[in-house]
Amino acid sequence: MQLEVTRESGDLTAALIGELDHHAAADLRQRIDTAVLSCRPRRLIMNLERLTFMDSSGIGLIMGRYRLMVSLGGEVRVAGATPRMERMIRLAGLDKLPIWEERKSEHETHQ
Amino acid sequence: MKPINEMKVTFLSRSANEGFARAAVAAFAAQLDPAVDELADLRTAVSEAVTNAIVHAYPDQLGTVVLTVKLFENGKIQVQVKDKGRGIPDVKKAMEPLYTTGGEERSGLGFSVMESFTDRVRVRSTVGKGTTVTMEKYIAPRVKGRI
Ligand SMILES: Nc1ncnc2c1ncn2[C@@H]1O[C@H](COP(=O)(O)OP(=O)(O)O)[C@@H](O)[C@H]1O
Ligand SMILES: [Mg+2]
Repeated sequence: MQLEVTRESGDLTAALIGELDHHAAADLRQRIDTAVLSCRPRRLIMNLERLTFMDSSGIGLIMGRYRLMVSLGGEVRVAGATPRMERMIRLAGLDKLPIWEERKSEHETHQ
Repeated sequence: MKPINEMKVTFLSRSANEGFARAAVAAFAAQLDPAVDELADLRTAVSEAVTNAIVHAYPDQLGTVVLTVKLFENGKIQVQVKDKGRGIPDVKKAMEPLYTTGGEERSGLGFSVMESFTDRVRVRSTVGKGTTVTMEKYIAPRVKGRI
């Protein structure tokens, strides 16, 4: 599981690459939290666009980062979710939280 | 109805096997010529059931997980995930959305995902003896014949 972290003004973007399951989640959680705690962004953007797989462990990861960012006075945005990921997001009731990027047309890139 | 093909694999409850189990089921189910989305749904549901056996059935020791997949002529795939772990005291409650006994940022969505991504989920469990989750999914016939 790869993680690409980029920083731009107040945003920290974590691009997740590969298969996100329970096996990958613990290590990923630690790496994202380390980055968040060291640069204290206003927003954490979790980009799911390059995930080739995600199960409910990914929802747990997002919920945990949401709690962390709120406790630090910041926000979370989730970008690049596929329809299957969106289904899980709705099952969790997370679609009611203000964290979802509008789905963009296929030609636009997520930023 | 008798299956047209069947496979069984046993593995240790190590989290590295979550990816193995998904890949094994997907490779075997490919014989029914499923659509990309059908296969992705199946992979997700299998991942949930296998992860539960790894995380919840054997919380502080290693055990074995038995994965059985049966393919039927009418396009049905049956996946069974069986553990000999601690069991579930109240299956109905465990299957409620967002219910979790916790640990490692679980979301409590595993059973909901299995139910929404397959056509049928059955759970049999005995405390102290183990849990068997059986899922069924129908693969829609494609224009070209299968097998
Ligand atoms: N194979 C199993 N053995 C023992 N307990 C289980 C098993 N599968 C599920 N459970 C119980 O059911 C609960 C709900 O499971 P699930 O919906 O997958 O959510 P999560 O895994 O996020 O907790 C678990 O928290 C656990 O208490
Ligand atoms: Mg689960």
